[in-house]
Amino acid sequence: MSTTSSTIVNLPDQRTATLPKRNYLNAEDGLLSWLLTGDHKRIAMLYLISITFFFFIGGIFAGLIRLELLTPQPDLVASDTYNKLFSMHGIIMVFLFLVPSVPATIGNFVIPIMIGAKDLAFPKINLLSWYLYVVGGIMTLAALVLGGVDTGWTFTTPLSTHYLNTHVVTTGLAIFVAGFSSIFTGLNFIVTIHRMRAPGMTWFRMPLFVWSHYAASILMVLGTPVLAITLVLVVLERTIHIGVFDPSLGGDPLLFQHLFWFYSHPAVYIMILPGMGVISEIISTFSRKRVFGYTAVAFSSVAIAVFGFFVWEHHMFIMGVSNYSALVFSLLTMLVAVPSAIKVFNWAFTLQKGSITFETPMLYAFAFIGLFTIGGLTGVFLGSLGMDIHLTETYFIVAHFHYVMVGGMLMAFLGGVHFWWPKMTGRMYPESISKLSAVTSFIGFNLTFMPQFILGYLGMPRRYHAYPAEYQVLNVLSTAGATVLGIGFLMPLIYLTWSLKYGAIAGNNPWQATGLEWQIQSPPLTENFIETPIVDYEAYDYEWLAHKTEQEVTTVG
Amino acid sequence: MDNTIVATHDIHAEEHHHVSLPQHRHHFETAEQQREAGTFGMWLFLLTEIMFFGGLFFAYLLYRNWYNPAFVAASNQLSIPLGTANTAILITSGFFMALGVWAAEVRKQGLLVLFLLLTTLFGFVFLGVKYVEYAEKFEKHHVPGASFDISEFVNPPINQKTGKPIEEPLSPDMARKTQVFFSLYFAMTGMHALHMIIGIFLLGWLTWRAQRGDFSSGYVAPIENFGLYWHFVDIVWIFLFPLLYLINRHPGS
Repeated sequence: MSTTSSTIVNLPDQRTATLPKRNYLNAEDGLLSWLLTGDHKRIAMLYLISITFFFFIGGIFAGLIRLELLTPQPDLVASDTYNKLFSMHGIIMVFLFLVPSVPATIGNFVIPIMIGAKDLAFPKINLLSWYLYVVGGIMTLAALVLGGVDTGWTFTTPLSTHYLNTHVVTTGLAIFVAGFSSIFTGLNFIVTIHRMRAPGMTWFRMPLFVWSHYAASILMVLGTPVLAITLVLVVLERTIHIGVFDPSLGGDPLLFQHLFWFYSHPAVYIMILPGMGVISEIISTFSRKRVFGYTAVAFSSVAIAVFGFFVWEHHMFIMGVSNYSALVFSLLTMLVAVPSAIKVFNWAFTLQKGSITFETPMLYAFAFIGLFTIGGLTGVFLGSLGMDIHLTETYFIVAHFHYVMVGGMLMAFLGGVHFWWPKMTGRMYPESISKLSAVTSFIGFNLTFMPQFILGYLGMPRRYHAYPAEYQVLNVLSTAGATVLGIGFLMPLIYLTWSLKYGAIAGNNPWQATGLEWQIQSPPLTENFIETPIVDYEAYDYEWLAHKTEQEVTTVG
Repeated sequence: MDNTIVATHDIHAEEHHHVSLPQHRHHFETAEQQREAGTFGMWLFLLTEIMFFGGLFFAYLLYRNWYNPAFVAASNQLSIPLGTANTAILITSGFFMALGVWAAEVRKQGLLVLFLLLTTLFGFVFLGVKYVEYAEKFEKHHVPGASFDISEFVNPPINQKTGKPIEEPLSPDMARKTQVFFSLYFAMTGMHALHMIIGIFLLGWLTWRAQRGDFSSGYVAPIENFGLYWHFVDIVWIFLFPLLYLINRHPGS
């Protein structure tokens, strides 16, 4: 026991500690037992491996983009190659990393355990969704190898349907397939959360992680099909020349924008809501307090999901939409800031007078809160009509959504992976080097994207591979930051892999956290619980945990 | 120990006594929970389908509003008798599906197989009629693309009795917009037909399982859930038929 004032880590005696003899990792052997598994935990690990792969592919493109922008001249790649670089970066990062990142890995792993279930409601559909993801991923890679696509991740018509000769059809179908993977994940979560909760696990005893995934799942189930039909129409327009978006036939390109952003704006909430759930868990655990305003935080997730469906037109303010509708959408956009702010304030109040410790997940959570707040507030700038006309299509937008997506979601993802790593693998990650990597990522991130706010405000447009010489200093800073950021992301890959074999044995509950997932062995059994748990305590009840621990000690003694 | 996670062994064991079906999956506490979860999942899936078709319906309503004369003229090219017949055929198919669900619930294996086969048969008839309709569009060059022909809308054929065009002639500009109608016609009915084809494959699989006796012992969830899907496909057609074939065919008349 090493519980001092500076840490809450509670590891078993490492000389005698062993991993549980039976667990989900060694329940069955062989590649087939993984590829045909119905176990949500194994599927989560399959997802973790595959999304990590695509994250680094997307990261390589980001690196090449930053390298090109080191100098004002177009000297590294030709303009059409540059278009392909940023398109593939966006497509891979959005559809193959951010959308499935937390839900399909961490969510898949812990949601059934958190609510006291043995598995998700539909294990086979869960496995199917991973296969769909892999097929979508392979199709994207095929498009990449065959020559790439240069529409940007937004597939804007008529550019994507008439003017380009790249692999739009393959990529469009890839995203269509990957979209169904996301639909099935969301569907599985909703049914599981409704129908599979253990006795006593009422809606308001669920961890906030589950609430935020519930809200994100609603968005996946309702939004993704609209993207699917939109992509089908784009593909049909390219292949058999039907005229739904083609202005020369009477179609309207703006309709494409409406349909695309009807999904793709809620999609950013699909990406960020699960991250917010991770942060709620981490903040509570490392300040030893129940999340302040539990109910408000739970409902703010649902509110974000609902509002999120009625703001899509703010992507189209400069596209010739009606001024009156722009006014309404501007107002609604600002309203989304309210539930987001509720979350940030409640996390801050959770920290107040808590006994805070600074383990790696907590560092990522702090990074999330700061960076997400900057990203969110600049979103309010962009939601106001006058500012949007000046700032849209500049690097200000790029910086804004990277603050939310990388500074927010990626930090939450890494925080979550570190937080649940002991549960997933039974072993601890190395603490000091992981703290170093969290700090490295934070510094690298700000160095990369803070200059881009200034660049955008000064008027540097996005999506160009050359720029006037006066922007160079800030671009050099940004590229230097990207290098630091890249190191910050590579480090976890290395030390987490290392820890699979050499990490300290974690024990059941190294963080002294209250969730049901921490009350079972690490790594868990295939069936999670030996006996169905009966829940008679509220979420984040640390007194209950202390009481339970005392009882256990008494029993053993 | 009342303040901790305890598993009550007795209740737990008792619950499992009710579970006798071989189809019961281990992670559900009771067969009832499994059945509810399956049906709930199916409804959610149908919700995604509504959003999927919703995008198409939205596009249709938008362009119908913009290019009303073109849409009226183009929709007159569709055959109401064939459309009506197909509506009746599909409803009949749905009726047999409903009977199939009933047959499964009362555990009549022979009837179930019969009704599933009838459901399939009427599904095929629907697709056959649809094929006839599509073939006519190809003959008349009403398929969007390079071969699309607008002459019939600019110079409609003359009615022999009255000596007037049977249709209000459209300006060439508006006549070109008929291509938007046919684009959406093929996208919407094609997507509907694709759902029917998938449904027919599933029907084949369910029929095979039914004659094997899988649904003869009270386990009917797959039949019920497929029934929901099949009725959903019916309902999509119930919306498509009036929107594409019926509404506002002769403005001003």
